[in-house]
Amino acid sequence: MAVEKRVVSGLYRDSVTLMQCASRVEALPGVEKAGAMMATPANLDLARDAGLLQASESVEAGPNDLLLLVQTIDAADADAAFQEAERILTEVPKAAAGDERAEVAPRSIRMGLAAKPDASLVLVSTPGEYAASEAIKALHLGMDAMVFSDNVSVADEIEMKRLAHDAGLLLMGPDCGTAIIGGVPLGFANVVRRGDIGVIGASGTGTQQVTALIDRWGAGVTHAIGTGSHDLSADVGAVTMLDALSALEADSETKVLVLVSKPPSPEVAERVLAAASAARTPSVVCFLGADPASIERPGVTAAETLEDAAALAVELSTGEAPPGAADAADAAAAKAAADALAPSQRFIRGLYSGGTFGYEAALLLSARLGAVHSNTPARPEDAIADVWKSVGHTVIDLGDDVFTRGRPHPMIDFRLRVDRIAEEAQDPEVAVVLLDCVLGYGAHEDPAGQLVPAIVAARQSAEADGRRIAFVASVCGTEGDPQGLAGQERALRDAGVLLGRSNAHAARIAADIVASHEGSEPQ
Amino acid sequence: MTRLLEQAPVVINAGLSSFADSITAAGGTALQLDWRPPAEGDVEVGRALARLVGDSAVDAANDVAFGRYLSSRPVLAGVGKAIESIPGMTEKMLLHSGPPIEWERMCGPMQGAVVGAIIFEGWAADPDSARALVASGDVAFDACHHHGAVGPMAGVISPSMPVWLVEDAEHGGHAFSNMNEGLGKVLRFGAFSDDVISRLHWMADDLAPAAGAAVAELGGIELKPLIAQALHMGDECHNRNTAASSLLFKRLAPAVLRAGVPTDRALATLEFIAATDHFFLNISMAACKVMADAAHGVVGSSMVTAMSRNGVDFGVRLSGTGDRWFIAPAPVVEGLLFPGFSAQDAAPDLGDSSITETAGLGGFSMGAAPAIVQFVGGTPSDAIAYSREMYHVTLGSNPAFTLPPLGFAPAPGGIDALRVVDTSIEPVINTGIAHREAGVGQVGAGVTRAPLACFSQAVVALAQEIAP
Repeated sequence: MAVEKRVVSGLYRDSVTLMQCASRVEALPGVEKAGAMMATPANLDLARDAGLLQASESVEAGPNDLLLLVQTIDAADADAAFQEAERILTEVPKAAAGDERAEVAPRSIRMGLAAKPDASLVLVSTPGEYAASEAIKALHLGMDAMVFSDNVSVADEIEMKRLAHDAGLLLMGPDCGTAIIGGVPLGFANVVRRGDIGVIGASGTGTQQVTALIDRWGAGVTHAIGTGSHDLSADVGAVTMLDALSALEADSETKVLVLVSKPPSPEVAERVLAAASAARTPSVVCFLGADPASIERPGVTAAETLEDAAALAVELSTGEAPPGAADAADAAAAKAAADALAPSQRFIRGLYSGGTFGYEAALLLSARLGAVHSNTPARPEDAIADVWKSVGHTVIDLGDDVFTRGRPHPMIDFRLRVDRIAEEAQDPEVAVVLLDCVLGYGAHEDPAGQLVPAIVAARQSAEADGRRIAFVASVCGTEGDPQGLAGQERALRDAGVLLGRSNAHAARIAADIVASHEGSEPQ
Repeated sequence: MTRLLEQAPVVINAGLSSFADSITAAGGTALQLDWRPPAEGDVEVGRALARLVGDSAVDAANDVAFGRYLSSRPVLAGVGKAIESIPGMTEKMLLHSGPPIEWERMCGPMQGAVVGAIIFEGWAADPDSARALVASGDVAFDACHHHGAVGPMAGVISPSMPVWLVEDAEHGGHAFSNMNEGLGKVLRFGAFSDDVISRLHWMADDLAPAAGAAVAELGGIELKPLIAQALHMGDECHNRNTAASSLLFKRLAPAVLRAGVPTDRALATLEFIAATDHFFLNISMAACKVMADAAHGVVGSSMVTAMSRNGVDFGVRLSGTGDRWFIAPAPVVEGLLFPGFSAQDAAPDLGDSSITETAGLGGFSMGAAPAIVQFVGGTPSDAIAYSREMYHVTLGSNPAFTLPPLGFAPAPGGIDALRVVDTSIEPVINTGIAHREAGVGQVGAGVTRAPLACFSQAVVALAQEIAP
């Protein structure tokens, strides 16, 4: 039945707040009476009247001190009551807690985290010179990061990745175009069925091709992790790919792994392949342009093309190989197209929005046809002198920095490609115009609708000159994409475009046409 | 190993907004930042910032500094004489507001205040000989802040002037401020006419002893509760001190009589205080100086412990960077000018009074003082918006100071230089506007912002301090 006192010096609260505090404390179990007041003489008199202070009792507190009084059945309850009173007096009012920070749009990652405390990943697509700093902040604040931005120095990339690795976080990028984490599309990504195949890609379009084909063939993806295009260099040492491998290895839903990259430096390749081989899950590895024999080892299957990688993964996942190429139909279509060519029409012109598609096409075409001039060449000596001027067989990646300076990426803005298609149609040596058409989040809302009028106009201008140009393309996308795969393919087919199911397939059709026209294959 | 794959990521998107749209369209959660390059695009500053944001040593240091700021307990302990009270003050020294500045670069009001203080001290009889004395190099100048002192506007404190003594009953710190002279022709705006000088003498001879006796009679005055109460009465204790001055008057009036101060002196003292709405300002500033200094000197802390202006330069100090000042040109104040004055008449931002914002009062607590937002033609909701914005650049909030219009939310407190640079949100400051020429006085009042450049320099310095 004792009354306990506690003085909180120097804390001012108005009398209404104090009365509310007292009534809340009084409601606590074991508390019979409670008082909270600024210790002015008048308030102390009130406390005496209320029986919370003895008539003669003095208090070591002045008008600027806050006095708490509780009368409890058990003295042990007093401490809890005081704690609760102090908590009430210093708590942020609910109404204020919700909106005190309102009205300012979040400007920094930390501000974003205050607004969304469960945020777990930062997606950075700022200009390149600022990207590393944003990613470092994300990592410091305990979040994973994906850096879409390019033009980040190797030193910065190494610093970021070391930081991420040491903190048990993952840094995707820089120059990471595509990822799908737990069904959430990051950057340029397709809407892909969930399944049991995990993809790790150093190339955005490479990852898009593999995941889209997996979806097309009825299998699905757990996660697609992007590493950025420089991750497998000797300097960076595949930090992200190795960490991603561990993460997918630990992910119980992932049963098959696909690794996609340009050929890494030999020692990095060795490290990655050793890790893949040691993994519980079987891996399909596509190092575009690498000798398959250098890749194959226990648990690791080499894939020559992106399509092969997807097909092998689907087979490992479902136990069934996806339907193969309809070779007879292809051959007939190629023959028909070749037969319509004039003798001067001997060359393929590949105009790409996806850099990896361009590279894959250059690889496949040069293997069949010899030198393919390109800004993403299969062999260094085939680097094109002037990216604005095609010569012989040419494959141009229109996503190259030279073209994107001051304008959006060609997956979004088709003006450059439309102009270049018209230009190629003027060239009497052109037999085939080879294209990619990329769907998904981030891409143009109707890519085929952008390409078809250009193709129709180009065909007409060539026909006016007595030539028939073959147009060959592949659509990288899924039925679930906002643009819809079937509709996009139909639009192109209706415009007379020969479609491959993959970029590799389209490149083979193009090569078949030229080879058939020449009557023999050079190699 | 990364936990990235354990659940669908909740994304913060810095950059292309279409990426956030895609995530949302796919059923995910994304928060689009209103991102802009930190530090006005200076990549080096941005990198220094990135090294410090979320760094565990910095966060721990800030916890310590912020905790010391919160637990600081300023008590008005008495009135003293500058030369006897202020550490490091010497016989021929004048203290001034803002970061250090030499005589030639001082703004008009500060030069005027220097002339007035020399005449007040009797070092020279007239303005010309006062200027000659300064030119001879015989007068030492130093920043108030270098001596634990703060002064509004020119902030000139001379050895014989009376100063308020504020103690930190929790951490043992001390701060000093001169006494408020009222409005109109006053030394802090650079006036040095005879009536200004004779008022200063009256303050030293009559006001100071009377006020000192009253404070002693009260055994000191706890300042946080008084400030807290004033915030509930429409003050923000920088540009509006009407309530706080009244509350102080209520305490001093009986005490000055109880202390036995002769009636005529007591009456003159109380009449002066009653007529001086800003009488509490200097005490508020010293209280804030004590709170900020409690947080000063914590290695690695990015908490701002001083913001101050001398009418030419704006200076900022951090807890973790010692006595260094980070300086940018003092901004021009946007505000309401008294009739007959134009923007050309206004001096750039001046005075130590932004120590109040440093401690979470002033512009940071503007939501509690809707009356003053009229200086910038604003509404009460604008005043609330300023306070709300400031939560984004502070380490936390101060439960000792609550803001009724914000649902009694604790005031934003403890400015974090990292947050300032990361968001490009510059701390807001309520302030008076001085005439650019000496002695004209106040020409208006308004709102200004602490320049981002100061905080950018501070961030770079802190990064070097931590990892050279």
